[in-house]
Amino acid sequence: MNQPDLAADAVVKRYGEHVAVDSLSFAVERGSFFSILGPSGCGKTTLLRMIAGFIQPDGGEIAIGGKNMRGVAPNRRPVNMVFQQLALFPMMSVGENVEFGLARRGIGRAERRRKAEQMLERVGLAGAAGKRVDELSGGQRQRVAIARSLVLEPTLLLLDEPLGALDLKLREHMKIELKQLQAEFGTTFVYITHDQSEALVLSDRVGVMNQGRFEQLGTPQDLYYRPASAFVAGFVGDSNRVAGRAIAVDADTVEVETGEGWSVRARRHGPAAVGDAVEAFIRPEAATLGRLRNQLPPDQPAHEGVVESLLFDGAKSALLLREARSRREFRIALPQTGQFADLKPGEPIVFSFDPTRATCFTVGSDGRG
Amino acid sequence: MAEPAAARARRSWRLGLLMAPALAWLGLLILLPHVELAMLSFRKQIGPREYVPSLYQYRTFFEQPEYWHTFVRTAWMSAVATFATLCLAFPIAWVIAKITRGRASAWLLLACMIPFWISETVRTLGWMILLRQSGVLPALLVDLGITSHPVELLYRDATIMVGLIYTSMLFMIVPLISSLESLDNALIEAAYDLGAGGFTVLRKIVIPHAAPGITAGCIIVFMLTLGDYITPTLLGGKDSGWFTEQIYTQFITRFNWGQGAAFGFLLLGLSTAMVVAGLKLTGQRFGDVMGRR
Repeated sequence: MNQPDLAADAVVKRYGEHVAVDSLSFAVERGSFFSILGPSGCGKTTLLRMIAGFIQPDGGEIAIGGKNMRGVAPNRRPVNMVFQQLALFPMMSVGENVEFGLARRGIGRAERRRKAEQMLERVGLAGAAGKRVDELSGGQRQRVAIARSLVLEPTLLLLDEPLGALDLKLREHMKIELKQLQAEFGTTFVYITHDQSEALVLSDRVGVMNQGRFEQLGTPQDLYYRPASAFVAGFVGDSNRVAGRAIAVDADTVEVETGEGWSVRARRHGPAAVGDAVEAFIRPEAATLGRLRNQLPPDQPAHEGVVESLLFDGAKSALLLREARSRREFRIALPQTGQFADLKPGEPIVFSFDPTRATCFTVGSDGRG
Repeated sequence: MAEPAAARARRSWRLGLLMAPALAWLGLLILLPHVELAMLSFRKQIGPREYVPSLYQYRTFFEQPEYWHTFVRTAWMSAVATFATLCLAFPIAWVIAKITRGRASAWLLLACMIPFWISETVRTLGWMILLRQSGVLPALLVDLGITSHPVELLYRDATIMVGLIYTSMLFMIVPLISSLESLDNALIEAAYDLGAGGFTVLRKIVIPHAAPGITAGCIIVFMLTLGDYITPTLLGGKDSGWFTEQIYTQFITRFNWGQGAAFGFLLLGLSTAMVVAGLKLTGQRFGDVMGRR
């Protein structure tokens, strides 16, 4: 691997008793899109602000582009940030916003103007330099905020949930645009979000953060298909969670039995012994539905249930059912063929899933429970 | 959609009632006396109870250097006092609006207000006790060996200035706080992030954002100092050379109401001109400055 653009080594930040960032170490490769994904309060904003230089870590080192950043003020770091509310300067025009950083570097007026116009053109805002910030739409402002940072050619661009303030439709659109911009500029992006879909779509690598630590660091596919902890399995993507005790453990799988006597089989992650408290996570799209048992793959254990409701959502439509023995809710993605679109609430149904596509964790094995 | 005439009439009645005290105050106590004063200022006495319309009173002002020297001096010193108040109030407002939180800012603002619980006259007399030749400060200077004998600190321009700044401080701090509070901290951080230093942030982000508050504070303070009578007279003595004193003299000592009225209008014209010039200079409109969020 080349010299990483960002390297954190055992970074710690405490607020009184509370450890916001707990001895984090990671590296971000040059030119990649790295996301930090976590629920609010997990410490991701603290981490980002330490990288930007607005707060100092209590311990550990942060290196950007191979240079240690200890004691380097935010205005001297080769890092720029796109703020959550964008923080465009309302007292300046769009062009002046983009020129702001260039002017601070002492670049002459003509050169500044040329660079700013070029950058605005690259983000699809040619000719907008003279406009006021409040004349732009949400998406355009987003692009100005990015242009304002990228015009400085930073080693690292930090993005603090910049899509959070946009409405759903625009958010989906800006997601794609961000990915294209990153690919085009080749700048290393560090992106923080609590939206797992943003992290999955955009990133080359994702760090899933919880209580100041990374639960897992890997590609979006790793997180989705091979979650390393119960937290990741529950947080990334939709999952059906089945908690119970292990009643049988073999080399690859664990059989989980709920308190009501329903048992499911799932791939074992980490050590587990008979009698341990465990939880299995099954993705809605991993399960197969059938009206009759012989419609299910013969090599998979079958389960019975009753239709609770049909959740129509286009390509993401799902069926909510109640498992017959435990009365627990279970969600299964509906096939696109429209095969089960005529199911009625209350109808009996059978389902099964491949145990190797479900994951089982021992409760408390990650030290948290 | 057209409103029924009766409802409209009832509404305008209610509006009229609500506005009545303010309109009465404006009309009876401000407009009427000014009309009267205007009439007084534009006439000349040619005999007992005999007057003719004339610009005589205004001509006297320009022909007597003493009068317009005082006028210019008052304007200049008020402007300097306003600027000095701004420079001193800005850091205080910044601390209250941006650095301290909750109770601490409330206490600091209260500390700024406490002097105003005492009447201006008593406050100014307090300054006199501190500053007069036999007062506290000159004695202290002798004790510290800085001066060999007690010096008179009253009746100097600097003393008037100190008194004016002290009196006006709160009226500058309050509009500054409200305009600084509405400044999003992320803008300051963004400016730092883009490579700006502290001074650039102040010049490019903070001051442009606070401009309406700065202008509002300056207008209020300038008008207060320009029209102040007690502070310049008590701290500057009989010959403080403040224009309000000239007006007082014309009305009370010389009983020359026509001249006094003309002076009053000149002062009104001056403060109006300065406000307009200030707004023009900073590129703002009066409505924006006074009717902010």
